Amino acid sequence: MKILAIDTSNQPLSLALLEDERLLATMTTNHSKNHSVALMPQIAALLKSVALEPTEIDRIAVAQGPGSYTGLRIGVTTAKTLAFTLNKELVGISSLAVLAGAVHVAETVIVPLFDARRGNVFAGIYQEKEGILTSLVADRHLGLSELCLKLQKYPHIVFVGNDSQQFAQQFKHAFKPQQVSFAHPELNYPQAYILGLLALRQKPAEIQNFIPKYLRLTQAEAQWKKKHQGTLDGPLVEKI
Amino acid sequence: MNSLKRELILAFETSCDETSVAVVENGEKILANVVATQIKSHKRFGGVVPEVASRHHIEQITLCLQDALAEAAVTYEELDAVAVTYGPGLVGALLVGVAAAKAVAFAHNLPLIPVNHMAGHIYAARFVTPLEFPAMALLVSGGHTELVYLPEPNRYEIVGETRDDAAGEAYDKIGRVLGLSYPAGKEIDALAHAGKDSFKFPRAMLHEENYDFSFSGLKSAFINTVHHAQQVGEELNKNDLAASFQQSVIDVLVAKTIRALHAFPVKQLILAGGVAANRGLRQALAQRLTRLDEVEFVKAPLTLCGDNAAMIGAAGYVAWKNDVRAQLDLNAEPSLEFPWVKGALK
Ligand SMILES: [Zn+2]
Repeated sequence: MKILAIDTSNQPLSLALLEDERLLATMTTNHSKNHSVALMPQIAALLKSVALEPTEIDRIAVAQGPGSYTGLRIGVTTAKTLAFTLNKELVGISSLAVLAGAVHVAETVIVPLFDARRGNVFAGIYQEKEGILTSLVADRHLGLSELCLKLQKYPHIVFVGNDSQQFAQQFKHAFKPQQVSFAHPELNYPQAYILGLLALRQKPAEIQNFIPKYLRLTQAEAQWKKKHQGTLDGPLVEKI
Repeated sequence: MNSLKRELILAFETSCDETSVAVVENGEKILANVVATQIKSHKRFGGVVPEVASRHHIEQITLCLQDALAEAAVTYEELDAVAVTYGPGLVGALLVGVAAAKAVAFAHNLPLIPVNHMAGHIYAARFVTPLEFPAMALLVSGGHTELVYLPEPNRYEIVGETRDDAAGEAYDKIGRVLGLSYPAGKEIDALAHAGKDSFKFPRAMLHEENYDFSFSGLKSAFINTVHHAQQVGEELNKNDLAASFQQSVIDVLVAKTIRALHAFPVKQLILAGGVAANRGLRQALAQRLTRLDEVEFVKAPLTLCGDNAAMIGAAGYVAWKNDVRAQLDLNAEPSLEFPWVKGALK
C-alpha cells in the first residue's frame, strides 16, 4: 500500500511517501508557517521525485490535531479533499502521537506536548508496548500543573516536542530528578514517515465527517454554551 | 456563440459564512450551485465569528463538492478548470476553499483560476444577460460598498468606495439597535416599506466631487436618535426609523452611482452584492435610470445576490478565457482589492 503522509499541525511541514513500511521519499521544512503556500507544491514535488501520479496513492494520512488551528485546517482540508476526489482512503493520526512515535524507550511513559499559552498545553500520555505506541491518557488541552499532577504516579517520564524544554524549570519543581528526561532534540520535529507508519495500522476514517481535532472550543462557542447550556434546535449549517 | 464543446468550470467559494461549490457551463448556465449557509450558527453570536466560520467550512467542503458534482451529473474528466475565491474575505475561511480547490486541480490535472470575490458578485448578473462593455457595477454587501468600472471583460477598476462602514455593515449595526436578529437587512427593508422618511438623517458626502460613500455618520445619527428617545422615555416608530435610515442609504448610493454614470459612459449598470436584494434600492435605482435610457439596468438575480460559487464560476470562466491562471502556491488574500481607475478623484 502506498501512503502519502502530511503533517502541518505546527510550524514544521513534513511529508512522506511510503510503500507499506518502506520509505520512498520524505521532506521536512521548518522555515515559515505559510503552509497554504508551501503544502501543495511540496506534495507535487515529492510525488514527482519518485515518479508517482496522485492516482497511484492508496491512502492519505494526516496529522489531525491538536496544533495550530490554521495549520490543521490546511493539512486536513488538503488530505480530505485529495482522498475524496481521488476516491482513496483517509486516516487521521494525532499530531502528538507522531512525536511520541519517534521515541523508543521501554518502561517509560512518553509525553508529547505543545505549548497552548497562558500556562496551558496540548498533551497526551503514551507508552510503547511490544513495539506498538499505545495511548494511556487521551490527548487534551489542560493546564501544565494539571498535567504534572497526572504524571506524578509514573516513575519514568520522557517529554518530547520543541515546546517541552521551555517548561524544564516547572518540571524540576514537580518531579524527582531521576523521574524526568527529555527526548533527543532531533526527535522534537514531527516526521511524516512516523505518521505514515502509524497510519498503516489504523482503519480508514469516514471522509465526509472528517475534521481536525482542535481539542478546544472556540471562545465564542464556549461562552455561548455557558449561557445556553448547549441547547439549540436543529443543525447550525443548512443547505439552501 | 453556440460552441460545440461545452466548457465546464468547477467553482469554490468560502470567503465568509457560506460554503458553496458550483458547476457552471460556458460561464452562463448553472448546472449546480450548492450553498451551505452558517447563518444559524453565527446568529448565536450576533455576527460572523471567523474561527467558527472556518470550522464549519471544513465540515461542509467535500459534502458540497459531492452534491454539486452529483446534481450537475458531471465527472472530473468532463471539467475544464477549477475556479476559487482567493479574496477578499476572512483569511481562515478563504484558506479552506483555496486548499480544496488546489487539491482537486492537482488531483485531476486541471488549471486553477483565482477569482476575486467581488468580480464574482458582479458576474452573478451574467446569469440574467450577457455583460456589455464598458459597464459599471454598484457592489453593496456586508463587507463592501464600491463602484467598479469594467472597461472590457476581465478588467475591474474601482471608481469609488466606502470610507468607513460598508452599507450592509450599517444595516446590521442599526438592526442590533432596533433589537432585530442578525442579519437584519431583509427585515429593515420590510419595515422601511411600512414607514416614511420622517427623521431626515444625514446624507454623507452627497455633494462632494467624488464617488465615495460613508455610512458611519448615518449610523451614529441613528443610534443617537434612538438613545435620546430612550432617555426621555419617548416611543419612536420603528417603521419610520427604518424608512429614514434606508432612504438615507439609498439616496447616497443612487446619487453617487448616477454621478459615476455621467463621468463614465457605459452600456450597463450592474447592481450586485448581498444588499442588492434590497427592494428599496432596486426600485430607486430603476426609477432614476429611466432618465438615462442608453444605460441598461442589470440586477443580479435575487437568489444569487448572496455569496455563492456559481458567480465565482461565471467570473472564473471569463478569467480562464483571458488566460488567468494560478499555480499550486496560490494563497488566500484577505484584503484583495481591484486597482483604482486611472485619474480617479481620491
Ligand atoms: Zn460577498
